[in-house]
Amino acid sequence: MNAFIRGLGLACALIVALPANAAIKVLATTSDWGSLVTELGGDKVNVYTATNPLQDVHRVDAKPSLVARARTADLIVATGAELEIGWLPVLLQESGNPRVQPGAPGYFEVTSALRLLDVPTTVDRSMGDVHALGNPHVQLDPRNIAAAAKALSVRLAQVDPPNAAFYQQRGADFQARWQQAMARWTAQAATLKEVPVVVIHRDQTYLVHWIGMKELAAIEPKPGVPPSAGYLAGLVAKLGTSPPRMILRNAYNDPKASDWLAERVKAPVVLLPFSVGGTPEAKDLFGLFDDTLRRLQAAAK
Amino acid sequence: MGHVSRIIGPVAVAALVTPVTGQTADDVDALRAEIAALKAEYAQRVTALETRIDQLETTATVAAAAPVESPPPAPSAPARKSSAFNPSISVILAGNYADLSQDPGDFNFAGFMPSGGEIGPGDRSFNLGESEVTFAASVDPYFTAALTLALSPEGELGVEEAFARTTSLPAGLSVKGGRFFSGFGYLNEIHAHAWDFVDQPLVYQAFYGGQFGQDGVQVKWLAPTDLFLEFGAETGNGGEFPGTRLGRNGLNGATLFTHVGGDLGDSIGWRAGVSWMDMDAEDRAYEDVDSLGNAVVNSFTGSSETWVVDATFKWTPASSTRRQAFKLQAEFMRRTEDGSLAYDIEGAGLSDAYRSEQDGWYVQGVYQFNPRWRFGLRYDELDAGSTRIGLVQSGDLLASDFPLLLPASPSRITTMIDFSPSEFSRLRAQYAWDDSRDAETDRQLLLQYIYAIGAHGAHKF
Repeated sequence: MNAFIRGLGLACALIVALPANAAIKVLATTSDWGSLVTELGGDKVNVYTATNPLQDVHRVDAKPSLVARARTADLIVATGAELEIGWLPVLLQESGNPRVQPGAPGYFEVTSALRLLDVPTTVDRSMGDVHALGNPHVQLDPRNIAAAAKALSVRLAQVDPPNAAFYQQRGADFQARWQQAMARWTAQAATLKEVPVVVIHRDQTYLVHWIGMKELAAIEPKPGVPPSAGYLAGLVAKLGTSPPRMILRNAYNDPKASDWLAERVKAPVVLLPFSVGGTPEAKDLFGLFDDTLRRLQAAAK
Repeated sequence: MGHVSRIIGPVAVAALVTPVTGQTADDVDALRAEIAALKAEYAQRVTALETRIDQLETTATVAAAAPVESPPPAPSAPARKSSAFNPSISVILAGNYADLSQDPGDFNFAGFMPSGGEIGPGDRSFNLGESEVTFAASVDPYFTAALTLALSPEGELGVEEAFARTTSLPAGLSVKGGRFFSGFGYLNEIHAHAWDFVDQPLVYQAFYGGQFGQDGVQVKWLAPTDLFLEFGAETGNGGEFPGTRLGRNGLNGATLFTHVGGDLGDSIGWRAGVSWMDMDAEDRAYEDVDSLGNAVVNSFTGSSETWVVDATFKWTPASSTRRQAFKLQAEFMRRTEDGSLAYDIEGAGLSDAYRSEQDGWYVQGVYQFNPRWRFGLRYDELDAGSTRIGLVQSGDLLASDFPLLLPASPSRITTMIDFSPSEFSRLRAQYAWDDSRDAETDRQLLLQYIYAIGAHGAHKF
């Protein structure tokens, strides 16, 4: 009987102790945050990325497989600022997982750690897909990644206390490597300052803002609204007097409109990875910026 | 089984009894000491962590304060108004224009007792649809709640759904209570504005009058596996077709369902399920016309059991920028009703045994060939089966005294094309060849609009 009670005690202790040894499960909404969690958590985290880099993260199905991942997740890392509003609430609701509900330590929005651009003073749906909380496509400014990493390291330690020291050390290591890389990227970006560009959607805003390029126009007349023939003709006329050096296209964008415009205004289309995995070279967050700047510099020559 | 209980029994009893003996009292003390030690250790760890977090936060603020080359603009002050606690409101406006070759006034499903709900294509010419208003918000850290009101074109206000659900139960459990659409099958829970066609499949119309919702409780459990595996149970007042309000205490009717789902590669998500519903009906009346042409009211009393099998596949190519998608879904239902059928309850009042086994199914595919355009095709079929009516078998009445219950197999082919200028508006054209009635095929053209204003809703798979 003593053995039975001891066995029971041991079993309880094991159940309590188990999470300390096993890797925590993280559900990241995009490949960028998946990559960031891997950088900060190493083998202490088991990351599942909900979307593919070629998908439009705003329009994703709340697939059963994602609900299942939300059920077992210890931490959900989302962009926030309403980017995932069409599907993440369903995952949270259907998951039956109190650890990852908004407000709980297991729910982390990257934008909560950042200052957003394009925060509108008034919002109305006639303005297209405007985001009331600001532009949520934050990953293409490396300073945002640094700030997000800081907050995420703290959150990882909070969700997985036994490994707190590990996350702190790993976070510090990442920051050091990131600062070093940022110095390199800033130097590369200097050659691109004031370069006039045309974008498709307002999702390159952070990149354009960070580098200091000049955004002449957007191919979408309003966010999320495809251009009409009339609008495009007007754009060609407008750009005729001040042509762009390049047209920026994200890997996930349909090439049709940008190719059409490129032919008329005689500017090259630069394909950018936009997210980790968007191009074969953008294997991780470092690769994302290396490849983005390499492609921009090649087009600016 | 017997062996196991013979062994477990004494062990369990012993385990309960042993704490009073001296030797185990020592063990209990030892355990207590261990627990106390554990507690102390954890308290220490928490303090250490708090200090660490404080340090990290300090360094973070220092780093933020350090000059950067071009700092991002200052954040706008978050809204701190009492209205921040207002529930999110979304409003759906819908309507259609209908051109129908048959009189919609005498629509029925040949071979089926009328479900009394929203059946058929609706009226001719211009029609305002139901306007839907949904309020939703978190109640507190433990519940969320939602209210969906449906305003009929005539101005009648109905409560479509009004429920609260738990958000903080452990182990994948959630409980929903109030009035809600049942979670059986696939389409039942989905609101009209998110349907892929203007109307519900025939089987939903014939078996549930469109959709099945009742006042009751739902418990769901999601398994902690990478495969989506969900189990649900519901009960309620049993007052909705195929049941009737029985006026008795307790649980009336039961629904059990399970769903399983996952991915096939990067681009295909799927979900399949089996559901079972058991309801009781008492004097469930319907109108018919007997063989002499007299209008009569008949009624069914007995049990109604329904099985539902559903499967959905959705293909969204993950490595393409063309935003195409294809969705294939199908559901099969089989209903067995067993009890008695009373004929002309306001007159003759004859009654005898009744048993029917009926089924119905649909399969539909919707292809999004452009980010804003979709094309859909649906096939529907019902089989009224061979119904045994005691009054007919005994020779008291003729089969033609129950014309609505004569063997029949209604079917329909539907095509649809829709255009969605944005996530919030949709314009749709639908054309159907409907053989629900015994009469000629009803050729139905429906032009529909759906507008959503207010909060951005999230959609189920």
